[in-house]
Amino acid sequence: MSELQELYQEMVLDHSSRPRNYRKLEGEHHSLEGYNPLCGDKYTVYLKVNAGVITDIGFQGSGCAISKASTSMMTESVKGRDKEEVQEIFDLFHQMITRNPESDFEPDEKLGDLEILSGVAEFPVRVKCAVLSWHTLQAALEGRDGMVSTE
Amino acid sequence: MTTANPRANENASGKAAGAFDVARIREDFPILKEKVHGKPLVYLDNAATSQKPRVVLDALEHYYTTENANVHRGVHYLSQQATQDYEAARGKIRQLLNASDDREIILVRGTTEGINLVAQSYGRQNIGEGDEIIISAMEHHSYIVHWQILCQERGAHLRVIPMNDDGELLMDEYEKLLGPRTKLVSIVHLSNSLGTINPVEQIIEMAHGRGVPVLIDGAQSTPHMTIDVHKMDCDFFVFSGHKLYGPTGIGALYGKADLLESMPPYQSGGDMIKSVTFEKTIYNSLPYKFEAGTPNIGGAIGLGAAIDYINGIGMDRMAAYEHELLEYGTERLSTISGLRLIGTAREKADVLSFVLRDIHPHDIGTILDSEGIAIRTGHHCTQPVMDRFSIPATARASLAFYNTREDIDALVKGIDKVIEVFS
Ligand SMILES: Cc1ncc(COP(=O)(O)O)c(C=O)c1O
Repeated sequence: MSELQELYQEMVLDHSSRPRNYRKLEGEHHSLEGYNPLCGDKYTVYLKVNAGVITDIGFQGSGCAISKASTSMMTESVKGRDKEEVQEIFDLFHQMITRNPESDFEPDEKLGDLEILSGVAEFPVRVKCAVLSWHTLQAALEGRDGMVSTE
Repeated sequence: MTTANPRANENASGKAAGAFDVARIREDFPILKEKVHGKPLVYLDNAATSQKPRVVLDALEHYYTTENANVHRGVHYLSQQATQDYEAARGKIRQLLNASDDREIILVRGTTEGINLVAQSYGRQNIGEGDEIIISAMEHHSYIVHWQILCQERGAHLRVIPMNDDGELLMDEYEKLLGPRTKLVSIVHLSNSLGTINPVEQIIEMAHGRGVPVLIDGAQSTPHMTIDVHKMDCDFFVFSGHKLYGPTGIGALYGKADLLESMPPYQSGGDMIKSVTFEKTIYNSLPYKFEAGTPNIGGAIGLGAAIDYINGIGMDRMAAYEHELLEYGTERLSTISGLRLIGTAREKADVLSFVLRDIHPHDIGTILDSEGIAIRTGHHCTQPVMDRFSIPATARASLAFYNTREDIDALVKGIDKVIEVFS
């Protein structure tokens, strides 16, 4: 598989064209906007947290295929998890996409489907796209308001 | 200072009429032989920065290996040599712009610094509470921000000339915006995100009718068309050397001498001072009043070499060739289904900005890059333009005279590949 095919795998394109949890939440929830001013990616992450656990999550917005697929997959991966678990998965995810692409890579099973974004490692300029919503989620979990920016 | 006929050398460089030999020209640009991701480089990001011909690289090397010294302050041989070449570069810039006096050419880091200079010096002196500055809807961020800061500081207001769906300024609206409180008009000559060539002569004439000075952002126009500040009658004109096939970190601000004379210095430091006592400092005369500290000597000499190179080919010939290429590119891109060109002004140069179906420009950029094709994606520092067309960003191919039809063909093939990946 070429680097490009690895980046734009079918499942990545599927998540970007049919994003999961692509909705605003009803009722009381927390929301936060993430923005990458360099390319104009902009997503709002909606969140319900109960006793420290994410009970529901949704998002809306626009951006490139990588940022949208990453956000979509993130929402699937973090539902039902608490802040520490989210941090742990994000750390694994971040390590995966910023690793030396030449080195051997054994995905941690905690990553689950997120593994399909491992091709981002070949495209360092796209790391920001993949982590934008993760940063937004982290900030939302910390109870921050306003907007999260990559710059 | 020189005031000789600025166009005197026009034909001395042996410009031959006839076909534009792009293959020969490409030989002058070492980087065009580079491979990217194993593919020949197709460089279509000229609006961001241009590539440099060998003669510019040689001039830099020559300066640093044989005559590096500080300017305007040494009695020794090297310093005199460096000063002479630095000042010769100023003269070449004067000729390029068809200004009449070297004192009107202030060497700066580039467009951004030039505009800062005008905002800080002219702006602070002349713009007060309730005054208005007119800009256009297609200005570069660097412009909008300088004027916003100045307006906030002074309690002045920014007025924006709107544009139509083709990316052309609405001159009727401009007429209405010009009023008794207008203190400055600042307009981009050639838009970097749309390619629109604005009718600057008309804009300037209308402003002058009300005694309002005009600043022209020539960052994009200078590399692609013959500039004549005299005929244009602009009060200030700014450009960057790095977009004009010269080095980074050098550019120039042209200003009418009487305006520059009346303006306070912009930065303080060596060279801008004639005499200093603890009681009083007497500023140096033009252009040095605005050139504090050691300037980018090598950069200026490199830019001078770039101008010589351009003169050797002839800007008019370069522009005519680029125009043909733009037409070819427009035609080829228009045949791609789902591709929409952003910026379709009748008067246009060098820029092919587009959106493609619902594919984000960032993804387009990555896929083209894997084919060795360099384009720019994003809002190109013109977010209000993106808002105007209700798009987050565009993909932008921008041309130079060393690009070829084959480059355009490669772009079209690359776009086909983008469509394939996303289908
Ligand atoms: C129209 C326009 N104005 C100003 C600038 C800023 O130029 P520089 O970064 O060289 O100062 C640019 C460069 O991108 C431009 O395209």
